Amino acid sequence: MLHIENLHAQVGGKDIIKGLTLDVPAGEVHAIMGPNGAGKSTLSYVLTGRSGYEVTEGSATLDGEDLLALAPNERAAKGLFLSFQYPLEIPGVPALTFLRTALNAQRKARGEAEVSAPEFLKLVRIKAGELKIDFEMLKRPLNVGFSGGEKKRMEILQMAILSPRFLILDETDSGLDIDALKIVSEGVNAVRSPDRAMLVITHYQRLLDYIKPDRVHVLAAGRIVASGGPELALQLEAEGYDKYARAA
Amino acid sequence: MAAVKETVQHVEALEKYQHGFVTDIDQEFAPKGLSADIVRFISAKKGEPQWMLDWRLEAYERWLAMDAPEWAKVKFPPIDYQDSYYYAAPKEKSGPKSLDEVDPELLAVYAKLGIPLKEQAVLAGVEGAPRYAVDAVFDSVSVVTTFKKELGQAGVIFCSMSEAIREHPELVRKYLGSVVPVSDNYYACLNAAVFSDGSFVYVPPGVRCPMELSTYFRINAENSGQFERTLIIADAGAYVSYLEGCTAPMRDENQLHAAVVELVVHDDAEIKYSTVQNWYPGDPETGKGGIYNFVTKRADCRGDRSKVSWTQVETGSAITWKYPSCVLRGKDSVGEFYSIAITNGRQQADTGTKMIHLGEGSRSRVISKGISAGRSSNTYRGLVSAHPKAKGARNFTQCDSLLIGKTCAAHTVPYVEARNGSCVFEHEATTTKLSEDQLFYVMQRGLSQEEAVQLLVNGFVKDVLQELPMEFAVEAQKLVAISLEGSVG
Repeated sequence: MLHIENLHAQVGGKDIIKGLTLDVPAGEVHAIMGPNGAGKSTLSYVLTGRSGYEVTEGSATLDGEDLLALAPNERAAKGLFLSFQYPLEIPGVPALTFLRTALNAQRKARGEAEVSAPEFLKLVRIKAGELKIDFEMLKRPLNVGFSGGEKKRMEILQMAILSPRFLILDETDSGLDIDALKIVSEGVNAVRSPDRAMLVITHYQRLLDYIKPDRVHVLAAGRIVASGGPELALQLEAEGYDKYARAA
Repeated sequence: MAAVKETVQHVEALEKYQHGFVTDIDQEFAPKGLSADIVRFISAKKGEPQWMLDWRLEAYERWLAMDAPEWAKVKFPPIDYQDSYYYAAPKEKSGPKSLDEVDPELLAVYAKLGIPLKEQAVLAGVEGAPRYAVDAVFDSVSVVTTFKKELGQAGVIFCSMSEAIREHPELVRKYLGSVVPVSDNYYACLNAAVFSDGSFVYVPPGVRCPMELSTYFRINAENSGQFERTLIIADAGAYVSYLEGCTAPMRDENQLHAAVVELVVHDDAEIKYSTVQNWYPGDPETGKGGIYNFVTKRADCRGDRSKVSWTQVETGSAITWKYPSCVLRGKDSVGEFYSIAITNGRQQADTGTKMIHLGEGSRSRVISKGISAGRSSNTYRGLVSAHPKAKGARNFTQCDSLLIGKTCAAHTVPYVEARNGSCVFEHEATTTKLSEDQLFYVMQRGLSQEEAVQLLVNGFVKDVLQELPMEFAVEAQKLVAISLEGSVG
């Protein structure tokens, strides 16, 4: 599924990712943990193609396809989805309009027919219900005046509607109370399947109680410095990142 | 869900300025230049009565003594008024009586512009589909007005200004120049002297006009100016919704469009006036060519509880100088101004409104959305004033600017004058830059950069688009997309 090989990337001329290699096979959930400034968010932006994040060396492929050569929207159409740490507000554009526009843009890029209005609304009603999102809220401009928790749930709703193959969750637990965390995690777990994979970027072990990872990696100073099973997360929680930060 | 809200779904493939074609039609011109003789020539061509000629000549005399205004934040070389044609008309023996008599070439032009002149075509549409009566003005003259008969049955007069001068002199004499006086300003005064045609609407007391009225203005001839004059009167308790659209060919020289629009609103009457202005904006790189759009639009809400709503979508013109205003004379009269002004390339816009509160309890609302891109300059200039007698006057103004890129400019120049202690004026203004963060977020969800810009911009202007008649809102939305093509990246 996702294969990253010796990736080097810069932001504003500064090296942030320095030789990162990672494999996430289909059906698996991998967690990336690490101290502040390790390059976790940078990794998610490099993979999704944000401008200003320059790859200087290495490769990243999704099912063998070169991701780095594609525009952000093309990567999205290939099934790459990023749940943002800080979802943006889109004034004047109702969430429903945004969702439908995004879905149809992706379908069009894949040569699929546009989704009909009734079909779309039915899908949204079901998914919104599962995430306990009031349908009326979807008529409001996306994320404008939404609470932190509402924004995160909205990210998961977008994910559920767009049905990506590869998910990146960037600090999805930040700003969530325990109830919201449960709802969001259930939403994420609901899309786990043998042909999907995901990368869960998090500071804390807490989220991994709800979204159980197959593998845990420690990212420090732009490299994966340790990998292990779910137990590694617990160990990190107990011991902190200090020794990795020093090792890097 | 309303089509208006379905934002981007309707935005079709991007195109360059698509109305830039020139039509080779046999035309008749007045000699180049401006003089009292030219004014006489125009008046004679139109077979006007003496009173109309006198009015024009007086305007011309006054104009000679006036200076062009220089306070607007726009720059352009002095205009040589002797280097232009003031009258250009498609050659025809006499004015067309019906569609069948109109030059097919001309009808083809309007078809190309997507304007439904053929009544039968419109009538053949789906049952209940909206119908529009159209007045088409080609260079200096009105070429055709549709649905006259049906409007006539309702008592509504909708015709060209020339025809109104001939057929309804009592109404024209009563109202012409009563809202925008002859010497109101330099360009309005010039218009009064040389105006060639335009639309005239009279809606009698208590009548709700049975359909949307619209006028399409087209400048075709080279080196010619367009000076149309529109006069709309809503008598007591009447209602009318009116839309104007404008396009012009791409030409290297600047062409002057100095129009005057006067609205008269009596007791309990309402006029909704919408404009979708897409004059040729000039070359985006060099700034060469394009229309100078120097227009005076004013509504006189002279009746109690009268209401006027101006909605404008300004995307074209090299320079826009335009302040659709409301004189809120009547008790509890209402003025509204909703504006989207988009500048790209080398365009300059100085536009806004004046809400002049004279009547007790009069209310006004101003929503302005300015978008600047490229190397353009976009200025909102607005006046809200209250006379000592305008007790309890209220105004709410919201003025938002959106900047796209690093080389454009946005300015907001509000003037607020409250001459009594009981009025409440609110002014809100924001300036934002289209953020990289937002663009990336939208693109990560699958939209291309152009699509992402359109979505964000359409969101920004939504409050105003909602005020347009629905079909035109869709048009306007496409126009917004086209105007901003290539503005990012």
